[in-house]
Formats: sequence, structure tokens, C-alpha cells
Amino acid sequence: MRVAEAAVTPLMPSDVLDMFDPLRSGADLRGRIVAVVAETADSATIVLKPGKDWAGHKPGQYLRVGVDVDGVRLWRTYSLTHGPRADRCISITVKAIPDGKVSNHLVRHARAGQMLQLGQAEGDFVLSDPPADKLLLVTAGSGITPVIGMLRNMFSRAVPVVADIVLLHSALSRSEVIFGDELRRYAAEGKLRLVELHTDVDGMLDVADLDTIVPDLAERTTYACGPVGLLDALEGHHGERELPLHIERFRTAVVAAAGDEQSGGTVTFSRTGITVEGDGSTPILDAAESGGVLMPSGCRMGVCFGCVLPLREGAVRDLRNGELTVAAPGDGVIIQTCINAAAGACDIDH
Amino acid sequence: MTVLQKKTESTNPIAHLSADEIEQLGVELDAIRQSILDSRGEADAAYIRKVIAAQRKLELGSRVVLLASVFPPAWVLGTAGLSVAKIIENMEIGHNIMHGQWDWMRDPKIHSTTWEWDNASPSDQWKHSHNELHHTYTNVVGKDNDLGYGIMRVDEDQRWYPLYLAQPLWNFINACFFEYGIAAYDLELGKNLASEKRRKTPEFKARYQQTLKKIRNQVTKDYVVHPALSLPTGSFLPTVAANFTANLVRNLWTHSVIMCGHFPEGVETFERTSIEGETRGEWYLRQMLGSANISGSKAMHFMTGNLSHQIEHHLFPDLPSNRYAEIAPQVQDVFQRYGLSYHMASLPKQVGSAWHKVVRLSLPNDFLATTTVKNLPSQLKILYGMTTKGPKVRRAAQARLTQQARRLKVAAAA
Repeated sequence: MRVAEAAVTPLMPSDVLDMFDPLRSGADLRGRIVAVVAETADSATIVLKPGKDWAGHKPGQYLRVGVDVDGVRLWRTYSLTHGPRADRCISITVKAIPDGKVSNHLVRHARAGQMLQLGQAEGDFVLSDPPADKLLLVTAGSGITPVIGMLRNMFSRAVPVVADIVLLHSALSRSEVIFGDELRRYAAEGKLRLVELHTDVDGMLDVADLDTIVPDLAERTTYACGPVGLLDALEGHHGERELPLHIERFRTAVVAAAGDEQSGGTVTFSRTGITVEGDGSTPILDAAESGGVLMPSGCRMGVCFGCVLPLREGAVRDLRNGELTVAAPGDGVIIQTCINAAAGACDIDH
Repeated sequence: MTVLQKKTESTNPIAHLSADEIEQLGVELDAIRQSILDSRGEADAAYIRKVIAAQRKLELGSRVVLLASVFPPAWVLGTAGLSVAKIIENMEIGHNIMHGQWDWMRDPKIHSTTWEWDNASPSDQWKHSHNELHHTYTNVVGKDNDLGYGIMRVDEDQRWYPLYLAQPLWNFINACFFEYGIAAYDLELGKNLASEKRRKTPEFKARYQQTLKKIRNQVTKDYVVHPALSLPTGSFLPTVAANFTANLVRNLWTHSVIMCGHFPEGVETFERTSIEGETRGEWYLRQMLGSANISGSKAMHFMTGNLSHQIEHHLFPDLPSNRYAEIAPQVQDVFQRYGLSYHMASLPKQVGSAWHKVVRLSLPNDFLATTTVKNLPSQLKILYGMTTKGPKVRRAAQARLTQQARRLKVAAAA
């Protein structure tokens, strides 16, 4: 190993091995797209062959996915929509949201053979083992994605898990129901009771109606995934009655960026623990220095890249051309502090 | 030549531009930059990934061939491949990635903060002296160490000493071992070794150790590990020679390209005080006047890491190198409309011009201009005197040379 390192310096042996086998054990975790299957007009399932170091997952968990969109690597999290599979592949199902760069790219431009960057499975939105006898699954829109993984896993086991399941799913319309045919088949086979609500005819799900829809609600353990409003209402509803509830909130990548070109935001330097007010027209470097942060700096004009620091979360605006850079948690986008001003609350790793 | 600020109205290349025009020029150049930012995307990302993959395969393939370098055809093929691979690694890949040209991809493996290159100088130190000092203070005498690397006389205004007679030789030796020259001046060895106090600062010591470690790793790879791997075919020494040759070729090539960027005749230098309070337009203008391009084929542009588009690179050091060719005509158009000269010539011509300047400045001012075949013996006698005798003799002889040159100029004009 020492010899290999000495032979390829300044590269690492892994850089050379990546040329031949990017999915080998010891490589950064990646996955090669095996198939892209359309689900609805706006959603698709991406089947991936993960690298050898993929540690497996429990149905209901999610993973971080790094996708190169227009040459820029962007990270998002998606639920795994399968249990463990015999071919060791994993799958995610993505719904293209309006203006969603990554989701639109995955649904419309992803092709078999392309490589995605992956994180290991995370999250505790998983069924207990063994699962509760009586389950209520409440999902809306793409909130079905972690739940379909649970269902597929239960029904595909050699000894199928027998449980009394009610699935209450809300979607914009019948054709918008992701996995619609599969869910209806499960219902026809008597594996679960399916209640579909289509917002176009039935309106939004009101938690007050739960007792009518599910008469034995009090006996069931509820798992829910969907928009924030629904989850908050469910929490209130179940909390009041002390009913068991597990929820999965999709972390939204939308960061509150100031709309106009003037307003800035609070800039937090998470390592030094110093917080400064960054107005929308002062470079973060200047604001930080006058706030007493010892900053790396160089040309102070955007040329030398000597001042770059990772933006953990937040939004900044390039003072030269007004271009916005947004970082979702975990992104760690490296920004030039000398020509960027805060465009919303920022958390900088320094 | 002399720093721009000391030029007279008639020889100053920017005397005809008003402050407003200079700012307008800045706005136009900003627009060119923005047009590339707006169209930067997947194709560019695919380009750099392809270049990196191809370079790594070429280097690996060449090193495999060199395992049998005892056979002359294998030696020639492997050495040629390795030389080209090292040049691409340093120029189109390393130099440009470390400029942050590819940071926008947010790929941690192709990023200015993580890249390390196949060169004696550690990337951290090179980024400081190159990106921060050279690109910010381009051609400012006394601030930009790239102007003669601190060991050469680069301007008529610098006083001549006999030691400078050897500067063509220094320059050639520096070219052969350029990577070590870079490492030394990234360490600012001249300045830092001069005083005991500077030598002993923990900061200098740490940087010195960092450079030594980098050099040790590089030397071990090229001259120990790969030759040792070639032992089974009895190719130890041929592999050592192949690596030495590849490093030499890379050094000579990079040195030539870099000399062409700022050294050819006609490229301006600037006074230290001139950049105080410089506006964006003025900064652009200094980059325009302080750089020179090399004309040639696509392959030549690629092998120079697109530093053949030195003017475009200095205006927009963070734009991806594969796009410089595309904006060069637009930049040239700006030069023309603002009445500025766009210095561009073929590689042999620019290398010749740069070397001519090195030789001219190694001699006292006006020495070359006043020397003909006929008066060569007497001129050499003067030079001998200026070299061996004291400053008083030097001053007097210099005055005579200057006067003689002025007379020649007047005669030529008449």
C-alpha cells in the first residue's frame, strides 16, 4: 500500500482505481443507474447498483444523492422505495417539483449508465420488528415513497408479514397517484385497505375526518409522511389523544433567500461561534472582519480564491453579477467570501 | 522599456483613454465574462473530466511502457508519453483547477481547495504566490515575483550590476529546473533566508518542511519507486533517465510558455504606487497591457493549458480554460476599439522576443542598441570596464552609452 501511494503521488491510489472500478469496495460511495422507470407524468423510479460498500437499509429510510445537474453537483435526499432486493440494487422514486433542479433532472434526463454520488441510508422512519398488528399509514403526494418500501418488503418476504393495514393516501388526482396500480392491486388482493383521496374531487385531507374514515383509529399505530401542514395537524390530533405516531418530514432544500438585492442576513461562523449581521451589499469577508472573525483572505476582488470557505447552509449573492448561490444542509458549497454578500441567514464552516 | 507611469505622452499607450472610457471598457469585459458564466454547464464539466481521465491513462500507460525501458523503442515511447502527460497535468489540469476555474462544479475531487499537482511546489504555496500575488499585482515591479522571479533584471529602471551579465545563464538553468525554481520562489527563499529572524519564524519553517516533503515524495516516485518496479527487466537506470527527461521537457516547456505570457517586448510593467485605489476598469486595463498571447494550433493551445490565451486568462482567471478561445475574438475587438495593442505572435517568435529581452537587460541600458559589428571590440572594452571597475566608472560609461543611443535615435529620425 505504501508503495502504491508512493508510486502515484500526488494522486491517491483510489484516484487511479476509480478509473477502472468506481463501485469497488473502499471507493467513495456511488451508484450506477441501472434503469429509469416512469411512474406518473411527473415521477420516475431510478434503480441503482450501489458501490460495494453500501451497508444496506431498512424500508422507510432515505439516502443522500449527489447529482450533476448542468455540470454542478447538487445533493438531495430521497426515500428508498424497496426493501432489500436479491440483485442488491436499490431504488428511489422522484417526483419532479416545479423549479426543482435535481428532481426535474432525475425524472427527465437521468439515463441508465450514469453515475450518482450516494450517502449511506439514514433515518428512523421504519416499522418496528415485528410491526404493530394494526397499522394506519397516512401519506400524501410523494410521501408514499418511504411507505411503499415498507409495504413491498412486508409482502415480498418468504413468510409474508400479516398485519391489518389501512393506507390513507392523498394525491392531486387519480392519475397523480404514484404506484397507483400497485396499491390498488394490493387492495384487491386483500393485503390492505386503501382509501384514496383525490384533492381535485375530494378536497384536502382533514384530520377531523379521520374517525369517520378509520373507525378503529384508536387501536392503530400511525405512520405518516407528507407535506408539513398535514404532519403538523396529525401531530396535534394524535398528541391530544396520546395515539402512537411516527412521522417523516422531507427536509426542504428551499432556503429563504432575500427577494430584493438589498437585504442581507445573519452570518454565523459555526466553529468560532461568532455571529455578524451581513447586509446585502457588504462582502461577507468585510462584515466578518469588522465583527472580529479572523478570516482567510487574498486579493479581495474575486480573483485568487484564497478566501474560500464552505457555506453549510444559507444563501449568498455574488456582488459582481447578482448571482445567487444556495446551500442546503450538508452541501458545504465552497464560496468566495470577498465577492459574496449574505442573501439570507448563512451558516459558514469557519 | 520602462514602467508605464514614467512614459511620455507620446509613448504612453493609454494616454488617449479618459477615466470614463476605462470604466466603460470594464463594463464591456464584465459582459463577456457573464456570457460565459451563463452558458457554463454540462459540456464544460464533461470536458475537464475527459481531460483528467485521458491524462491519467496516458501517464499510467507511459509508466507501464517504461517498465521495459531498457529497450530503446519502449524508452522513447514511454518518455514521450510521460513528458506530454506531465505537461498536461501541470498546465491544462493543475494550473487551471487551482485557479478555481472548475470550483463551480462542486466536485470535491476537481476543486481548487483539494487539488495537488505533479510539481515540486505544494499547491497551497503556489496558489498564494500565483493566484494572490501574481494575478492581483500583475507586472507591478517589486510586487509581482513572476517578473524575473526576484533574480533577474526585468526593467531598464532597475540599476544594472555586473552580476546581471549572467542572467541569461540563470534563466536557462531556471528553465531546466523550473519546478524547483517555482518551489523556491513560492517559499520566497531569497527574502526569507536573508535574515536570521525570518529564517526562524515557525511559519517559514512549516512551509519549508511542507515543500521538502513534497519534493521528497516527487523524487521518490520518479527516481526510486518506478525505477525499482522496472528492475525485473533490468530497466532501473533507463527509467531514471526517462523520468529525468520527462521532468526536464516539462520544465523547459512550462518555462517557455510562462515567459511568453509577460516577458515579450511590448508588454508593459507598472509602478508600485500606480495600483493604489485602482478601479475595476483600471485593473482590467493593467491585465490587458501586461500580458501577451501565443498564436498557433488547437494542440498548441491545449499543451500550454490555454495560457497561450494569456490575455484572456489574466482578464478572467476563473473562467474555464476551454472557453478562452471562444472569447478571444471578442477581447481582441475590445482592444481594437479602445486603441490598445493586442500582443500576439507565434511560439518561436514570443520565446525569441522574451529571450532577447533577457539578454538585452543583462547588459547595461542602451548597450545592445549602440553595438554594431564594427564597434564590437571597443564596446566590449567598455563592458569589461563597467564589469571590473567601480561604480564611478559604471556611471560615466552608462552616461556615454545613453547619450550615444540618443544621438543614434535623432539621426534615425532625421
